[in-house]
Amino acid sequence: MSRVRVLVGTRKGAFILNSDASRKQWEVDGPHFAGWEMYHLKGSPANPDRLYAAQSSGWFGQVMQRSSDGGKTWEAAGNEFKYDGTPGTHVWYDGSPHPYEFKRVWHLEPSLTDPDTVYAGVEDAALFKSTDAGQTWSELPGIRTHPTASGWAPGAGGLCLHTILIDPKNPERMFIAISSAGAFRTEDGGKSWRPINHGLRSNTMPDEDAEVGHCVHRIALHPSRPDTLFMQKHWDVMRTDDSGDNWREISGELPSDFGFVIDVNTNEPETIYVVPIKSDSHHFVPDGKLRVYRSRTGGSENDWEALSKGLPQKDCYVNVLRDAMAVDALDPCGVYFGTSGGQVYASPNAGDSWAPIVRDLPAVLSVEVQTLS
Amino acid sequence: MIRVVLPANLQTLAGAGREVELEVAGQATQLSILDALEASYPALRGTIRDSDTKLRRPLLRFFACEEDWSDASPTAPVPDDVASGKQPFLIIGAIAGG
Repeated sequence: MSRVRVLVGTRKGAFILNSDASRKQWEVDGPHFAGWEMYHLKGSPANPDRLYAAQSSGWFGQVMQRSSDGGKTWEAAGNEFKYDGTPGTHVWYDGSPHPYEFKRVWHLEPSLTDPDTVYAGVEDAALFKSTDAGQTWSELPGIRTHPTASGWAPGAGGLCLHTILIDPKNPERMFIAISSAGAFRTEDGGKSWRPINHGLRSNTMPDEDAEVGHCVHRIALHPSRPDTLFMQKHWDVMRTDDSGDNWREISGELPSDFGFVIDVNTNEPETIYVVPIKSDSHHFVPDGKLRVYRSRTGGSENDWEALSKGLPQKDCYVNVLRDAMAVDALDPCGVYFGTSGGQVYASPNAGDSWAPIVRDLPAVLSVEVQTLS
Repeated sequence: MIRVVLPANLQTLAGAGREVELEVAGQATQLSILDALEASYPALRGTIRDSDTKLRRPLLRFFACEEDWSDASPTAPVPDDVASGKQPFLIIGAIAGG
């Protein structure tokens, strides 16, 4: 019988939530690494017992953790992230050049085929790779040394490389996103990159459709259609069907086209989910109502429907951060997300209804789910 | 034997208690104490000082015999009472008020 394991990173530790395929009764395990900021945890698709976790603290810096038994026990892995060669500079908030400095790991993306290989997206924006289960890390410098990189500026959260997608049909091809540089694609395993931002418009920039400089919040793809990507940008929900060469807006009549998360139903490649957020200054859900929006046409027909059954529809003022939504591989698809208020919600029916798994965790930074047999 | 007191988050990371005991070869200095600490507890590498520069992380402080040793030379001998194990070498996370 299948079961699911939800990996939750919070401001003050990590939690592992377990259920059978019904996804109604949950066991809560944690906190792991209590007191530490857990930006991201993710399991290896090649070996679900292999988990990686990015643990950090303003006091103690970056620590990496690895589990080989599904999170029952953990061991510290390597935490040296050295930029390759001279780091160079990017643009600081005041417009001055600022040296690239490693601050923290935002996102971990294990290889689809090798449990010992994992990528790390870090702040200041760079991509690292480990092939020894996180013991050592080497930068893939092609992205940080891209000709446009000296002109990148941080978003409010920092100059972070926060999204890494591996093409399941071609592991040499990957997509990444950086706030606020934009989206990039490699065809050679990370050696070289090209910006894929044509069609994005950011009206806070002097050149609204510049090649780089866009604050991309999150990208998602369905494994069966890796040429189709969905994007939640700072403003605008976007879609491409040619691997990022051209994007078009699909925000339609969403109550806000600002948000952080976006994800794709495992069983329906055209069914996508977003959580609109009121911005720029508020960064909580509109109208005090927590609503996930679903489109069954990949946003193409402006058929966004509010999914609110089981979610608070009054006096709710939470945010859902970019890595805090995930889908499982069951049918119907389970959808999960965590909030800044410490709730983790699950829908076992593709978003039709929701129930909290937990209500009172520390602020949730990330949610991932593993479907286990 | 040198005694070192760890802040709570590093205790859990190291899998150790509040105080650990270390054998330090040669003269006891901040540098040699931290080298011995990291050798005994590899999980602490990079969390107290930068792995490359060996500079103290900004929000950590070092105390010995009720004196602030945070900005002392890393190679300066620590007080005799610390070197003899009579007093601990304290690693403290900066405390935010409010």
